[in-house]
Amino acid sequence: MSKKITIEPVTRVEGHGKVTIHMDHQGNIQQTRLHIVEFRGFERFVQGRPYWEAPVLVQRLCGICPVSHHLAAAKALDVIVGAGTGEGLTPTGEKMRRLMHYGQFFQSHALHFFHLSAPDFLFGFDGDPAIRNIIGIALTKPELAVQGVMMRKFGQEIIRATAGKKIHGTGAIPGGINKNLSIEERDEFLKGADPLNADKMVSWAQDALEFFKHYYHANKEMVDGFAHFPSNHLSLVRKDGAMDLYHGVLRAVDTNGNKILNDIDYQEYTNYIEEEVRSWSYMKFPYLKEFGKDNGWYRVGPLARLNTVDFIPTPLAQMEFEKYKALTHGKPNNFCLHTHYARLIETLHAAEMIRELLNDPDLLGNDLVTKGTKQKEGVGLIEAPRGTLFHHYRINDNDQIEMANLIVSTTHNNEPMNRSVNFVAKSVMTGKEVITEGMMNSVEVAIRAYDPCLSCATHALGKMPLEVSLYDSNNNLIDRKRS
Amino acid sequence: MSNLIKFKIDGVECMTERGKYIVEAALENGVYIPTLCNMPGVKPKGSCRICTVKINGRLMTSCTTPVADGMEVESNSPEISDLRKSIIELLFVSGNHFCPSCEKSGNCELQALAYLYQMLVPRYPYEFPLREVDASSPYIIKDQNRCILCKRCIKTIKDEQGRSVFAFRDRGHRLEVVMDKELSHEMTPELAELAMKNCPVGSILVKEKGFIEPIGQRKFDKNAIGSDVKL
Repeated sequence: MSKKITIEPVTRVEGHGKVTIHMDHQGNIQQTRLHIVEFRGFERFVQGRPYWEAPVLVQRLCGICPVSHHLAAAKALDVIVGAGTGEGLTPTGEKMRRLMHYGQFFQSHALHFFHLSAPDFLFGFDGDPAIRNIIGIALTKPELAVQGVMMRKFGQEIIRATAGKKIHGTGAIPGGINKNLSIEERDEFLKGADPLNADKMVSWAQDALEFFKHYYHANKEMVDGFAHFPSNHLSLVRKDGAMDLYHGVLRAVDTNGNKILNDIDYQEYTNYIEEEVRSWSYMKFPYLKEFGKDNGWYRVGPLARLNTVDFIPTPLAQMEFEKYKALTHGKPNNFCLHTHYARLIETLHAAEMIRELLNDPDLLGNDLVTKGTKQKEGVGLIEAPRGTLFHHYRINDNDQIEMANLIVSTTHNNEPMNRSVNFVAKSVMTGKEVITEGMMNSVEVAIRAYDPCLSCATHALGKMPLEVSLYDSNNNLIDRKRS
Repeated sequence: MSNLIKFKIDGVECMTERGKYIVEAALENGVYIPTLCNMPGVKPKGSCRICTVKINGRLMTSCTTPVADGMEVESNSPEISDLRKSIIELLFVSGNHFCPSCEKSGNCELQALAYLYQMLVPRYPYEFPLREVDASSPYIIKDQNRCILCKRCIKTIKDEQGRSVFAFRDRGHRLEVVMDKELSHEMTPELAELAMKNCPVGSILVKEKGFIEPIGQRKFDKNAIGSDVKL
C-alpha cells in the first residue's frame, strides 16, 4: 500500500512548515516536498506608508534576525535619499551599522547552533526527543548551554547599543544612523566582566568550532554523505573577493567554482534573478535567469558564502577557512551538514569583526547621516545569517512606498531545501516498513542545516508538536501521531 | 473676598485661585490628571474625556469645569481609573494604532497613557477602519489611521494670518481632521515641526525625519507620563 507521510510542523526552525513524503507500494520514495504554510503580506501592507518607516516596519518579519531586514531596508532607502549604495555613508554611520550587523550575526548563529542544531549532534538524530532540545543540553552539558546563552546575550547587547533595543530597534535611518556608540558602551564590550567581553566571545567562538570539528571527524562518513548534492552558490562579496556580510557585489559560482554571476551591482538584480511560483507552497523559487528554472537555482547562506568568497579578512577565521577549503581541495563544498561548519567559521569571523570595530574611534563620531539627490527607487542587499536578503522599494512623488519586493534568504534556499529533504527521505526511509521518529528527525536535520526562517516570523520554541499522518494510496488517513 | 479657594482631590486639601479649571488647579497642587485634547493656553473643549473626574456623584471633564469653593473631586479611584482606561481602549480600537512602526512611539501621549493605565488587551473589538494617509503636503503627512480627533492641531496650527491649517470635515462617525491643501503646501518647516509636536499621537508627521531620535531618549522612554508632576 502506498503511503503519504506528513511531518507537520517542522520543529526547531524559525516559522512553520511541513514536509510531505509520498511512498509507493514497494516503499520507494516518490516525492518529498517542504511546504511553507504561512502567508507573508509585508510587500502589500507597506504600500502607502512613508518610506522612512520601512526599516522599522519590515523588521517585524522576524524576531531572530530583524536587524537584517532593518539594515537591508535602510540600505535600499540610502539609495532613495541619495546617500549612495553602501559606500556613501559617513564612517560613523557605516561602522555603527556594521557593528549592529555583526552583533546580530553572532547572536543568530549562536542561537542556531546551540539552541536548534546542537541537540541533534549531542543526542543523535534518533535520540530521545524528550531531551533532544536545549533543555536537554542544559541538563547534560550545562557549560555548553551557558556558553550558547551568553554568546547570544553578547550579540544582543551589541544590537541594543547600536539600535536602541535588542529586538526591533530603530538605529538605521535612511542615509545613516540615529546614534553613535558611547565610550562607556564601547569599554563595556571590550573590557566587560567575564564572560561578556569581546575577547571571551572570540575564544568561545573558537571552542564552538572545535566542538563541531571534533564531531565531524568522529562522524565524517555520515556528515559527508548526508544530503550531498551539487548546486550553484550565491552571495555578496567585497569587491576584492573578501567576505563582507554588510555590503558588496553579487557573485554566484557553479558546482566547480566557476563564476556564473560575476560581481554585479545588485541595483540591477532584476536583470539576473527571477522567481517561480509553484502551486503547493507560499514560498517562491528564485533562479538565475541565464540558466533557467532547472539549472539556475542556487544556495545561499554560510555554505554558499564560503564557496563564493576568496578569503576572510580576519586572521583567526581565515585560518579556519583555509582548513575548511582544504577538505574539498579548494573547490565548492556541497556537503549539506558542512553548513554548520561554515556557520561556526562565520561566528568566529563576526566575533573578530566586533572586536576590530570596537577599537575603531569612528564609532564615537557625531557625523551620522548623509543625504543627496532623491531617487524614486532603491535596492538594498545584505548577507543575513541565513543568506542573501533583497529589499527593493519604489516611492511616489509624496514619499509613500508604492512597490516593495522582498526576497528573503530562505526563499533562495527553497529548491536546495526541497532537494535535501528528498535526498534524506530516500536515504533513510526507502524500503522501510516502519517509519521511526528518528528517521523523520533526519529529514528535519536536513532542513535545520539551512537555518531556515520559514515565515520570517517568530514562534515559541518547543511548543510546536510534531505531527505525522499516514495516508493510504487513496489519500485516506489511516494513522496520525503527535509527539 | 479672598481670591483663594479651598477644594479637595481624593481627600487631599488643595488651594487655588477662583476661576481656574480643575485640571490646572490640580497641577498647581502636584496632582496629575491625564489629558489628551487639552493644552495649556488653549481654550478647553473637553472632547477626549480622558480627564473625567467625579464631583458630587457626577462625572465631569476637569479641563472644562472650574473649581468651586469646598469642591470634593474624585480622580484617582479604581472606578475613575477604569473609566479612563476604557476611553484609552476605545481610542485604540477605533483607529489603527500600530505602535511598533510608529515614529511617535515613545513620544506618544496615547501610548504613554495606555502604559500608565496598564492597558493590555482592549475589552472592545478592533474596528480596523479603512482610512487614508494624506501625504500631499511637501512638509507633513496626515495619517488618519492614528487621528483621535482631539482638535489640538485645529486650534494651534495657524499661518501668519491666523488661518488654521487643519479643519474638521464631515460629521458623526465620518468626522475627520483634514489639511487645507493650499495652507499645508505653504506652511513653514517650523510650523510643520510644531504640528507634529502638538499632535498627541502619530497622526501628523514631519516628512523625511523619521526615527531620528533614538530609543531611550524619547520623552516617555524612562519616565511615565505625569511623573514630572510632584507635590
